[in-house]
Amino acid sequence: MKVLEEGVGPLFMDPDPDKARAFFREKSRAMVDKRMTVKQAVEEFVHDGDYLAIGGFGANRIPNAIVHEIVRQRRKDLGFLGHTSTHDFQVLCAGKVFSRLDSAYIVGLEARGLSRNARRYMESGEVQVTEWSNYALAARLKAAAEGVSFGLIRCMIGTDTFKMSAGKVVECPFTGKKFLAVPALWPDVSAIHVHEADMYGNSVIRGISVADLELARASKRLIITTERLVHNSVIRDDPTITSIPFYLVDAVVEVPYGSYPGNMPYLYFSDEEHLAQWLKVEKDPEEFEKFVDHYVYGVPDFQEYLVRCGGLKRIEELQRLENVVDGRDGA
Amino acid sequence: MAPEFNMMELMICVASRYLENGKTVAVGTGAPCAAAMLAQKMDAPDLVVLFEAGGVAPLLPKMPISVGDSSTFYRAVMAAGMSEMMTTCARGQVDYAFLGGAQIDRFGNINSTCIGDYQKPKVRFPGSGGANDFASLCWRTMIMTVHEKARFVEKCDFITSPGFLAGDGGREEAGLPEGGPYKIITDLAVMGFDDETHAMMIESLHPGVDVEKVQSETGFELLVPPEIGRTEPPTEKELRILREEVDPLKLVIGRA
Repeated sequence: MKVLEEGVGPLFMDPDPDKARAFFREKSRAMVDKRMTVKQAVEEFVHDGDYLAIGGFGANRIPNAIVHEIVRQRRKDLGFLGHTSTHDFQVLCAGKVFSRLDSAYIVGLEARGLSRNARRYMESGEVQVTEWSNYALAARLKAAAEGVSFGLIRCMIGTDTFKMSAGKVVECPFTGKKFLAVPALWPDVSAIHVHEADMYGNSVIRGISVADLELARASKRLIITTERLVHNSVIRDDPTITSIPFYLVDAVVEVPYGSYPGNMPYLYFSDEEHLAQWLKVEKDPEEFEKFVDHYVYGVPDFQEYLVRCGGLKRIEELQRLENVVDGRDGA
Repeated sequence: MAPEFNMMELMICVASRYLENGKTVAVGTGAPCAAAMLAQKMDAPDLVVLFEAGGVAPLLPKMPISVGDSSTFYRAVMAAGMSEMMTTCARGQVDYAFLGGAQIDRFGNINSTCIGDYQKPKVRFPGSGGANDFASLCWRTMIMTVHEKARFVEKCDFITSPGFLAGDGGREEAGLPEGGPYKIITDLAVMGFDDETHAMMIESLHPGVDVEKVQSETGFELLVPPEIGRTEPPTEKELRILREEVDPLKLVIGRA
């Protein structure tokens, strides 16, 4: 296959499928109890220098307890997969935990606005960045999940997004047309929040899956946080809806309301007031530091964060919002 | 007497009229989503709305705040994922997509990555997200934006998403499939692109706006055809549906 043009962005992870296979050969397939606490999961599976990916879509179905714990445990020099990352990115920037970034969507919180603090971090020059599109990153994970060294897509070509990527424009051996080859990406560790999981890690995601099916299969280590822990028989009653099988999973943590302040489909809506508070307080770096101390560093765990945000009373309001359908009372 | 309206309402109504019944449209939050919802309630009941995070043909109960929030797949026909949506674009089944950005040039190339030098940006923006994918792979892309000189620039600081690239033949030469920018809808005018040069061209002027005004808010020379249309203002029916059914909380139309 002829390479016609190359992006100049740094490639942070080795796309060699045989190295990945060697890793997966040794990964346990035992169907054993993998339950642990958030603290244990981060201590055991997220190390300084690791390449991290977070599931969900920014402020929707995010494993926010893990994100907070990574900051609380002051991880450093991580690589990060910035695909559709919004509030998760904002929290990780508060802890300056990463220094390498594959970026497709960062800094913004969609219609809510831009994160000042995330912008400051990205404009500081402390982070090495490679550009991609959302689909390009999904394709990189898909290639990894398939055990091949690259994926082929037809976007990014001709733009500066391509120039600052680590992709290569190649010529199709059949048609002579141009495509973009994107290198497979096997993150060292990922965290995904799901609706239900058993203690072995068999997991059910309801609603959109975003890129999490690919992410789960590409990740070397996978932490599952779940709204609800269910018995294995519940999984076996309806195996057609299993999204992630146990042998991909390293840790299972039951975290009710674990996507807060993000949306969890069918369960609770995003806490727009609290998200607005994050954006507002970031304008003043000193005030923001106090804010992060109060909500992240100054609490022992995610449960205490939930309490400081209004606890069950607030959660019940968000549950009602999620179930409003006529749009007249919604957020 | 003609009904009163604000510029956001006008832009949404104008955009909605380009969305044909039975076609597919990939939308984001805000004004594009409002335009698609309005089109469905006017003349395009079978317009299929798609969201990049995986929502397919939802019965939108309210304006989404995120393209992945639960309203984007409320009573949808499928709750899929990113790959499903983008491969649908890649194989040619998505007709329209809405894009946005900080800068746009005469060939409809868009910057949503940074202002200033890329390595040391003055301002860092989100980047492509799904925009480059839509701009590369959908048949017709549209932009709704405020019309100002700082946005309509001679040269983008960074081309995040492709329009016609360097103009005629630009996409083909780069290796992109057929497609590209279709309409740019601003608070002053509607612009299209010349069939041959693919340069931006004024198509219709909004009420009370003249060519000089549009040109003075544009950082490059616009093509001006011999005859320019007048933008049809919103009808009473469009405004009623937009205000009462599409955006009763004025989340988008209240921003004007």
